[in-house]
Amino acid sequence: MSTIQAIPLNWYILLSAVLFVIGVLGVLYRRNAIIIFMSVELMLNAVNLLLTAFSSYRGDSAGQVFVFFIMAVAAAEVAVGLAILIVIYRNTNSTDINFLNKLKW
Amino acid sequence: MMIKYIFYFLAFVSVFSALMVVVSKNPVHCVLYLIMCFFSIAGHYVLLNAQFLAAVHVIVYAGAIMVLFLFVIMLLNLNTQSEPHKSTWLKFAAAITSGLLLVILVGTLKGSETMVMPVGNPNAGLIKNLGNTLFKDFLLPFEVSSILFLVAMVGAVMLGKKEIK
Repeated sequence: MSTIQAIPLNWYILLSAVLFVIGVLGVLYRRNAIIIFMSVELMLNAVNLLLTAFSSYRGDSAGQVFVFFIMAVAAAEVAVGLAILIVIYRNTNSTDINFLNKLKW
Repeated sequence: MMIKYIFYFLAFVSVFSALMVVVSKNPVHCVLYLIMCFFSIAGHYVLLNAQFLAAVHVIVYAGAIMVLFLFVIMLLNLNTQSEPHKSTWLKFAAAITSGLLLVILVGTLKGSETMVMPVGNPNAGLIKNLGNTLFKDFLLPFEVSSILFLVAMVGAVMLGKKEIK
């Protein structure tokens, strides 16, 4: 008996929604820029899980190729983002995002 | 029946560790919980018969990205003492906002239980089929992503340099 027969697709949608909302909560809840980055990764992973679930239930490989591309973009994003974070730390000696309010209206 | 329990277990582990990422005070603990979350998501991929994605997920996320995070946290010497705190009022507002988002996302699911999806190839997640799709239908995006990596690499090196002229 395979997963597709044992588990309804809605459960995976529900799980992905919960993971995504936890990511949103992390972005709103924390002030440390690194944790906010991690929460963004969490959101990307929730979307990846949903795409994989849809692709498996539909039997179409294209969805999993999209997940592959999202992973590539996430890797590039983390490299540049952490470099920016290190530059910010060098200038303000902190990763608190409340020091970065110069562009705030 | 077994698969159901495995799903419950993996879902519990992923949601629990994701919550711990958000509420942990120590950034290093956050990273370790996030790695746990990624491993449980890799377990979900195996359950969904997407073995290639599970392997790539563990290698890229748990292997590369999280090591990068850990390096940066140790480089900046972040710990519980240096952790900034939001006011209780803002935390409350954040919880309310994300709770409402969850209600909306779950609410849109209502009535979709009876929908039937057409069934395709059950082996879509195996390397052979995935490679066929990737190198036939998505060859151009695949090559463009290599340029993206080059740009990201150059950008990271340029930002990391001490003096930018």
